[in-house]
Amino acid sequence: MTAIMKRELGSYFNSAIGYIVLAVFYFFSGMFFYLYCLLSNTASMNYLFLSMLMIVMLIIPIITMRSFSEEKRQKTDQALLTAPVSLTEIVMGKFLGAFLLYCMCNAIYILYAIILSFYASPDWPVLMSTMLGMLLMGAALIAIDMFISALTESQIIAAVISIGVGLLIYMLDSISGVINVEWISDILHNISFDAHFTNFINGIINLTSVVFFLSVIAVFLFLCVRVFEKRRWS
Amino acid sequence: MIEQAKMIEVRNVTKRYGSVKALDDVSFTADSGEVLGLLGPNGAGKSTTMNIMTGYLSAGEGTVLIEGVDILEHPREAKAKIGYLPEIPPLYPDMTVRKYLEFIFELKKVRLPKKEHIDEVMEVVKISDVESRVIRNLSKGYRQRVGLAAALLGNPPVLILDEPTVGLDPKQIIDIRKLIKSLGKKHTIIFSSHVLSEVSAVCDRIVMINNGKIVADAATDKLSEAISGDGMLALEVDGATNAVRDAIGSVEGVKRVTKGAGMSYTVEYESGTDVRRGIFNALAKANCPILMMRQGGLTLEESFLKLTEGGED
Repeated sequence: MTAIMKRELGSYFNSAIGYIVLAVFYFFSGMFFYLYCLLSNTASMNYLFLSMLMIVMLIIPIITMRSFSEEKRQKTDQALLTAPVSLTEIVMGKFLGAFLLYCMCNAIYILYAIILSFYASPDWPVLMSTMLGMLLMGAALIAIDMFISALTESQIIAAVISIGVGLLIYMLDSISGVINVEWISDILHNISFDAHFTNFINGIINLTSVVFFLSVIAVFLFLCVRVFEKRRWS
Repeated sequence: MIEQAKMIEVRNVTKRYGSVKALDDVSFTADSGEVLGLLGPNGAGKSTTMNIMTGYLSAGEGTVLIEGVDILEHPREAKAKIGYLPEIPPLYPDMTVRKYLEFIFELKKVRLPKKEHIDEVMEVVKISDVESRVIRNLSKGYRQRVGLAAALLGNPPVLILDEPTVGLDPKQIIDIRKLIKSLGKKHTIIFSSHVLSEVSAVCDRIVMINNGKIVADAATDKLSEAISGDGMLALEVDGATNAVRDAIGSVEGVKRVTKGAGMSYTVEYESGTDVRRGIFNALAKANCPILMMRQGGLTLEESFLKLTEGGED
């Protein structure tokens, strides 16, 4: 598992993808940080995080698009699947590799908070809970997009579908607001990432929300394993 | 408790793709230290067989045992015993050779001294000179050898090599063959190819496969006989056709004499008997000198064609 994780992380930085993802992430977060915190003289980073949601939805598909599709196209999955490792280990290794890159993206917030601390005292507990929310949400999205990547041999298809799904998830809360049928709107609200993320940004570590994101991760990683299992039997 | 198991045992494996039977009741075994050739035309089911043996695909029916361990029931244990080189070596083009081998080393959880073992394997397949090059920039021959190095990591008792010489130039082919032969001393090797001369040059035993079925399974030098069932002799005799026919026909054990082009004859005789002396004496008496006599009427090539064409009728 660690071998796969290390290779995965290495492959981001062997190609340009890792650097581009980091650059784009840092650029937009820096811009938002300047606009919403420094320029408007607030110590609250909430607007920064809320604005970054959109960027996260767009950037995670770029991180995950090749994770399985490229293996399939290059036939390197044969090396993984015939090695003495289980499918779960393979999927977990890939997931952790992508997650670590995402963590590297998020590490920049700590720098922003330190910069803020020179001018005012940031609300550290809220910041920590927001960071936890960011990581959990990102991890859930990584699991979903990895599953999409496992379904196709083309990076482009994986990226486009993942971005589409990401945007849909992003809009889910707004959609639920305009639906009149109560139970449908309830369901949509409850599976909306946005709604769960709001808890974290308000400094509430709600067990329901934590469990929600962890379940999404578990379900989609499990589906990933099933995709491989199915391919062996087809 | 455990009986001395065969190194590799493939039992009644059947694989369907939809309604098409890619493999139909395939069974064969390989003993420890044997080099077994899996021979068949393209699309015969060689790669499917190998993919099933290595656990990449699952068989619909049947079992594969590696040293007595079932690849489906105990995949980790069984896979750890196999080094597999698929038809297209599974290389990550953006890694250097050494990085890639280190990754495979860790992936296989090999418990040997890392640097020494990788150095040793690179030495064996002669890729030490390209260890820091990126795989993307390597030639086909080098890639094949990097793939072979990956298969060799961890010294697995079984090596499964899927058409390792395809797309190589003649010198590289000879190098790889030599390498396989030398590896055969320490490993049990299953090696697939659609080139007969290659298999017969390298392997102790040949399993011939066509349209998903095994059509022959015999030691390399016995294959021709195994296919035809009877003993065969090829002759060139100087003399009148009838006289030659009569003389040979009179020898005990001879079943049939067929006249080929020019002065050549093919004699089928009951297997287990040796009719060569009898034929020599009979023809000498009839004053028809033998110019050439060779055991095994069909060459391997001819028997291969006969079998594979027969399957498609």
